[in-house]
Amino acid sequence: MRKIYSKIEAIAGNVIIVSATGVRYGELALVNSGHGNSLAEVIRLNADKVSLQVFTGARGVSTGDEVRFLGHPMRVSFSDNLLGRIFDGSGRPRDNGPELTENLIEIGGPSVNPARRIIPRNMIHTGIPMIDLFNSLVESQKLPIFSISGEPYNQLLARIAMQAEVDMIILGGCGLKYDDYLFFKDTLEEGGALSRTIFFVHTASDPIVECLLVPDISLAVAEKFALKGKRVLVLLTDMTNFADALKEISITMEQVPSNRGYPGDLYSQLAARYEKAVDFEGAGSITTLAVTTMPGDDVTHPVPDNTGYITEGQFYLRNGRIEPFGSLSRLKQLVNRNTRDDHRPLMDGMIKLYAAYLESMEKKSMGFRMSDWDQKLLKYGVIFEKEMMDLSVNIPIEEALDRGWQILEECFSPEETGLRSDLINRFWPQKQEVH
Amino acid sequence: MEHSKGKVVGVSGNMVTVEMDGDVLMNEVGYVLVEDRRLKSEVIRIRGSQAELQVFEMTRGIGIGDPVDFTGELLAVELGPGLLCQIYDGLQNPLPELAEEYGFFLQRGVYLDRLPNKEWDFTPAVKAGDTVTRADTLGTVPEGIFKHRIMVPFNLYEAYKVKSIAKAGTYGLRDRIAELEDSKGNTIPLSMVFDWPVKRAIDAYAERLRPSKPMVTKIRIIDTFFPVSMGGTYCIPGPFGAGKTVLQQVTSRNAEVDIVIIAACGERAGEVVETLREFPELIDPRTGKSLMERTVIICNTSSMPVAAREASVYTAVTIAEYYRQMSLNVLLLADSTSRWAQAMREMSGRLEEIPGEEAFPAYLESVIAAFYERAGIVRLKDGSVGSVTIGGTVSPAGGNFEEPVTQATLKVVGAFHGLSRERSEARKYPAIHPLESWSKYVGTYDQEKTEHARKLLFRGNEIAQMMKVVGEEGTSLEDYITYLKSDFLDSVYLQQDSFDPVDAAVSKERQSYVLDFLFKILFAKLDLPNKDEARSFFYQMRQKALDWNGTDQSSDTFQTIENEITGMLSEKQTGIEEEAQVLFQSSQGQNNA
Repeated sequence: MRKIYSKIEAIAGNVIIVSATGVRYGELALVNSGHGNSLAEVIRLNADKVSLQVFTGARGVSTGDEVRFLGHPMRVSFSDNLLGRIFDGSGRPRDNGPELTENLIEIGGPSVNPARRIIPRNMIHTGIPMIDLFNSLVESQKLPIFSISGEPYNQLLARIAMQAEVDMIILGGCGLKYDDYLFFKDTLEEGGALSRTIFFVHTASDPIVECLLVPDISLAVAEKFALKGKRVLVLLTDMTNFADALKEISITMEQVPSNRGYPGDLYSQLAARYEKAVDFEGAGSITTLAVTTMPGDDVTHPVPDNTGYITEGQFYLRNGRIEPFGSLSRLKQLVNRNTRDDHRPLMDGMIKLYAAYLESMEKKSMGFRMSDWDQKLLKYGVIFEKEMMDLSVNIPIEEALDRGWQILEECFSPEETGLRSDLINRFWPQKQEVH
Repeated sequence: MEHSKGKVVGVSGNMVTVEMDGDVLMNEVGYVLVEDRRLKSEVIRIRGSQAELQVFEMTRGIGIGDPVDFTGELLAVELGPGLLCQIYDGLQNPLPELAEEYGFFLQRGVYLDRLPNKEWDFTPAVKAGDTVTRADTLGTVPEGIFKHRIMVPFNLYEAYKVKSIAKAGTYGLRDRIAELEDSKGNTIPLSMVFDWPVKRAIDAYAERLRPSKPMVTKIRIIDTFFPVSMGGTYCIPGPFGAGKTVLQQVTSRNAEVDIVIIAACGERAGEVVETLREFPELIDPRTGKSLMERTVIICNTSSMPVAAREASVYTAVTIAEYYRQMSLNVLLLADSTSRWAQAMREMSGRLEEIPGEEAFPAYLESVIAAFYERAGIVRLKDGSVGSVTIGGTVSPAGGNFEEPVTQATLKVVGAFHGLSRERSEARKYPAIHPLESWSKYVGTYDQEKTEHARKLLFRGNEIAQMMKVVGEEGTSLEDYITYLKSDFLDSVYLQQDSFDPVDAAVSKERQSYVLDFLFKILFAKLDLPNKDEARSFFYQMRQKALDWNGTDQSSDTFQTIENEITGMLSEKQTGIEEEAQVLFQSSQGQNNA
């Protein structure tokens, strides 16, 4: 029988301090206050003073409340019964379904041995040309979607959730607006994808500590499913809220802040979550797509900046489109050689031309005369944006490649494209149809 | 000797506070005993009877009162034959062996033998009665393609008499192969391995030399424009996505050195995996053996414990210095030194030290300087020469080179390969900025010519900037052609396709040949009546030259394309630019000589 402590010595922010013995670092405790029970985690030991972070917040906790240590770290139930269910950040049901208590697993487990990782080799088809053709998503990849507030990033995630060729989806919501949570639920329900989805949702009105748990709990469950052979896609939105929760808590804990108030270990904290993406040899895989909103559209803000260094590329969402510049899937080289021979050169060639188009646009807006070459580029840019970049385009990769050649043929002569001659001989569309 | 013991009295993140019962050394290694596991830790601060230890593992589950064993030793690596081909974590734990025993996940508190217990063919190089000092060769064993020297441990500072030495034959790694006798008559038994503390530079050489011989990387923009010397240092700062890691990978494959040590420090695991899985399959053209045979990988990826990340770069550089002692040229690639600096920042924060700029500790600069200073080319005591070259990537926050880690690094390195987001977004790889980067070393290609090419790039950039303001029509034809020439040089020489089998690695001979040839175009007076024709001429040239880059130099196609380009050029050429006349004469002179 574990001892119950009924003297809380200090309360600051979401952190309470009790005097206790025999407590271990990272252990959970149950705080029994007038407003109901809450879990709390040991985050610092100093002689017999134990600092605990209360998941539902310390508001309303009394110095006379009972604290009971549970003797184990944070755990979550794991079984196929999770599918189609919706939980909050501590793993309690949100959908009025039964609480699950069987087969508990620890969250935030150890990292995968790099020597057991394998080179990613499978492309995840999404039907979105800006992803499939220009920045292929690869199984076991971790990619953020950099976006500013107001962009349709949740819509994009929901589309990927419905179209992506994977076995199951885990959606982790950090500080999600309640409307957005309902949007996800309804869209996936209508699209018939709910039964292959598990939700762990922390909404903006829930206690901040639970926000920190969402990625860990989502990834711990994903890991178990992956070990059982499932190809899991984890969608996290929005990791900036997660980082802000870290900031809030570390400042309350009086840690020295590094950049703009964020804790010095922000990089390691984010990396510990993103690095869970993995392809288990002989079993399944975890692929992670995470929305990171950029405060003030500033990619050098600590959250997107640190994220960019951890992830294997990034998608920029701007003006409702996945922007071709800056967007980069670092693993695409591993899969786009296996699609079609023209995939890589076409991808680079079209982007170079689109960059030239933007330069011409700039010149045009400054009132300079447009040369013939500029005119061609202007035509190209407009078609490219409409036929490729628009997010509503939903076509398989082969069709997207063919469409790419058609666009080039429509606007340029072969040598103007900067593509190698052997490819032009093979793929340049013959003049029988105009698009 | 009995070592001190202690008990845990506090835990915060990966730092524990320990009440100890005796003396401890600063930076001594201690083990925290928890749940029958022994967690390796290092003393980083001592206050009265309490020591603060950074734990190299996850601290979950540690409780007040848990016992701590101190070892009396500093954090050290084990040096001996069998280091090559290994994949270690930051504490020299072999990862493949761990995987074999424990499966997919890393287990904490597990420390395996750091060197494989193999048998080696030993050939003695001294005889009984000889006098030896530290780092003298006692014998050799063949390790892959190298002759691995079994040396007198570097921590034996006296002169010793060889009391006995093993005969030529096969011995186990830890068998006794020699006995030395010191001046007091004590006998010191030796095997093929010994420990050396990672944070002390190995200094058992005669003198340090000035780096002067270029290290060929087979990357055109580096070898020609921003070369690195054997024993030199260079850094690659760049924002994320600018291609730092690809550049490092390409270098680790193609660089003309004996041994490459890759320290993946706090970066993505996926990148290490590419190296792990591909290197054993790739053949090193210089030796005909697998690339892995010249490689050691130290891998402490971003999700592995942060304190071990700090140790990993030291582990790597110590192994590099060890092989330098065998008269080999070693290249250490550290990716990324910013993560290492951040690890220091995290610990400094936990110690509640007064923070410096961006919360980095105040000693950041001196620590970075001390690390890069461990590079160098040295003359060993037997007169032969060995070198350690260090190339470190830097991941500046926000891609801003003004931040403390980049600035501290730039102060101490000999070459700066700054990557720019602008170039990487335009898919111009390698994204080394040709105007901002610099090198203090001498390259493989003629200096004077390189200067001319650089001038052309600067001029081209000026014109491009001007054109943004005055437009194409406001630019003179002459300037426009100069701009096209500089753009041409950029496209076909500075940019290099690291995924193309031929273009990925270009020998220095081919670099010189191609650049000599390109000079004819770059400094030709051309008869191009208007801008449209000029642009189309250079676009065609570019197309040809790119095809040329993708063809093997020994193939017929190579010659055919060269002839085609020459033909196209001669149609339009009217002469050579005046200022460039000198260049062609001097190169003529060289060829004749």
